[in-house]
Amino acid sequence: MSASTELRRTALYDEHGKHNARLVPFAGFEMPVQYSSILKEHDAVRNRAGLFDLSHMGQFVLEGPNVAAWAETLTINAIETMKPMQARYNIFCNPEGGAHDDTIFYRLADRWLLVVNGANADKMWAHLNANRAQDVHLQNLHGRNALIAIQGPKSVEILKSHVDVDVASLKYYFCAEGNVYGRPAVIARTGYTGEDGFELFVFGEHAPEIWAGLLRDHASDGLEPCGLGARDVLRLEAGMPLYGHELTEAITPVQAGLQWALKTSKPEFIGRNALVEQMERDTYDRIAGLIMKGRAPAREGYAVYHEGKPVGEIRSGSVAPSVGGQNIATALVPKATATAGVTLEVDIRGTRHEATVVPLPFYKRAK
Amino acid sequence: MADPDNLLYSKEHEWVKIDGDTATIGITDYAQNSLGDIVYVELPRVGKQIEQFGNIGVVESVKAVSDLFTPVSGEVLETNGSLEADPAAVNREPYGAGWLFKVKLKDAGEKSNLLSASDYGKIAHD
Repeated sequence: MSASTELRRTALYDEHGKHNARLVPFAGFEMPVQYSSILKEHDAVRNRAGLFDLSHMGQFVLEGPNVAAWAETLTINAIETMKPMQARYNIFCNPEGGAHDDTIFYRLADRWLLVVNGANADKMWAHLNANRAQDVHLQNLHGRNALIAIQGPKSVEILKSHVDVDVASLKYYFCAEGNVYGRPAVIARTGYTGEDGFELFVFGEHAPEIWAGLLRDHASDGLEPCGLGARDVLRLEAGMPLYGHELTEAITPVQAGLQWALKTSKPEFIGRNALVEQMERDTYDRIAGLIMKGRAPAREGYAVYHEGKPVGEIRSGSVAPSVGGQNIATALVPKATATAGVTLEVDIRGTRHEATVVPLPFYKRAK
Repeated sequence: MADPDNLLYSKEHEWVKIDGDTATIGITDYAQNSLGDIVYVELPRVGKQIEQFGNIGVVESVKAVSDLFTPVSGEVLETNGSLEADPAAVNREPYGAGWLFKVKLKDAGEKSNLLSASDYGKIAHD
C-alpha cells in the first residue's frame, strides 16, 4: 500500500484507543494487532473469552429468489442445501482452481449475508458484479456495518444475558437475528479461533456501546479485547487457512486440504474442471503442518528442504502456546514429503533447522 | 520502567553495563515493549569477535524478527543460556535477568559513541 493511501477506521476505532491498542495497517484499515500482549490475549480466548473487532472484513448482502442457484456457479461448496439460518464456509475459485477468496455464507430469513476477507473485499465485490445474474441484488456494507467476535469457552455465559435469543442452544455454524444490548444483530455461532464463540454483525453506530458494554460487564469474567496478532496464532493452531498464506490465487483449496468443502457433485462452477483434474492426478504440492524440533521459529517465506534438496516454502509460522509452546508452521511441499512423520529442514538465516510433518490441525479443543 | 543511570545506551535500543573490561549487553525496556512477547533470541557464539554497531543476532517476538546490534566491540565471553527456556525474561526484566550477552571490551574509547540514560530517553520516550 502506498503511503498516500488513506487508512480507514472501523466504528470501534475510539474504543481501541481506550485499551492502548497497537494499531497497524491491515486490509486498508487501522486495526489493533494487540492490546496488552499477544500471548495473554491468546490465553484469554483459550481459557476464558476474547473480544475481536473484525469490522475490516467485507460484508455483502445478497437478495433475490435466485441467489442460491447463482452463487452455486461461483463457489465450490453447496449453497442450495443450506437451511434457513445456517452458515457455511465456501470458496470462490478462478478457472485454474486457485482461490479468489474464502468466505462464509449466512442464509438469513429473507436475504443472504456473505462475509469475505477484508483484503479481498474490493476484488470480491468486482467479481460478484462482473458475474451478476438477473434478480440478484447486491449490497456492499464493507466498512459500514461492524463485526464483533466473542470467542472462548465463556462466550455463552457472557453473551446470554445481553441477547434476546437462546445462544446456548444455537448450533455451531447456525445464526439467529435478534438484539444485543437492545441493538439489532445477526448472532452467529461461528469463529476463527478453534474455540466456541459467536460473531455479532451489527450496525456500525451501535458497535461501540456493545463492545464497551461487554468489556465493562465481563472484565471480571476475564473477557479481554484481543487483536489480530492473537487471532493469527489461534487460527494457525486450529489448522484454519488464512487467505494469502495457505490459500491464494495460485494455491487451490485441494492443495490447502479443503476437499471437505469441494462438492464435485455440483455440475458446474468456476474452477471445477481444474480442481477435479488436480484431485484425480494427485501429484500436486500441498499444505503440510510442521512442528519445529528446535526453538527457532519458522516464518513465512523461509525455504524448506528435504534430504538437502529445496522442496517448498513456509506459508505461516508461529510459536504455539496450545501446542506445548512449540513452533508450528505450514509449508507448501510435494506430496511425498507431506506425510506425517517425514523430517524436513527449514532454512533460518542460513542454518537448516529440522521440522517434523504432523497432521492438521495442531490444536483441537476438548469437547 | 526507568532506564538505569549507570548504563550506556545505543540508538538501536541496546544497553551496555561496563564493569572493568567486561561489558554486559541487553535491550532496553522501550525495545522489549515495542517488540511485544519475545519468543526467541539468537545470540553470537562464545569466542566470536564482534564490531561495534554490527548486526550480531536477532530477537523475535510472536509477530516479528528484529535484528540485534552490539553497542561495543570485543570477544563474546558468555551468552545468557537461561533465555533459551525463558525468552520472556527479556520482557519481564530487560535490565536484569533478561540480559543477552557479555563481551570482553576491546576499546573503552567506544563509550563516547554511546548515549547516557537521559540522552537515550530523548530518543525512546519522545
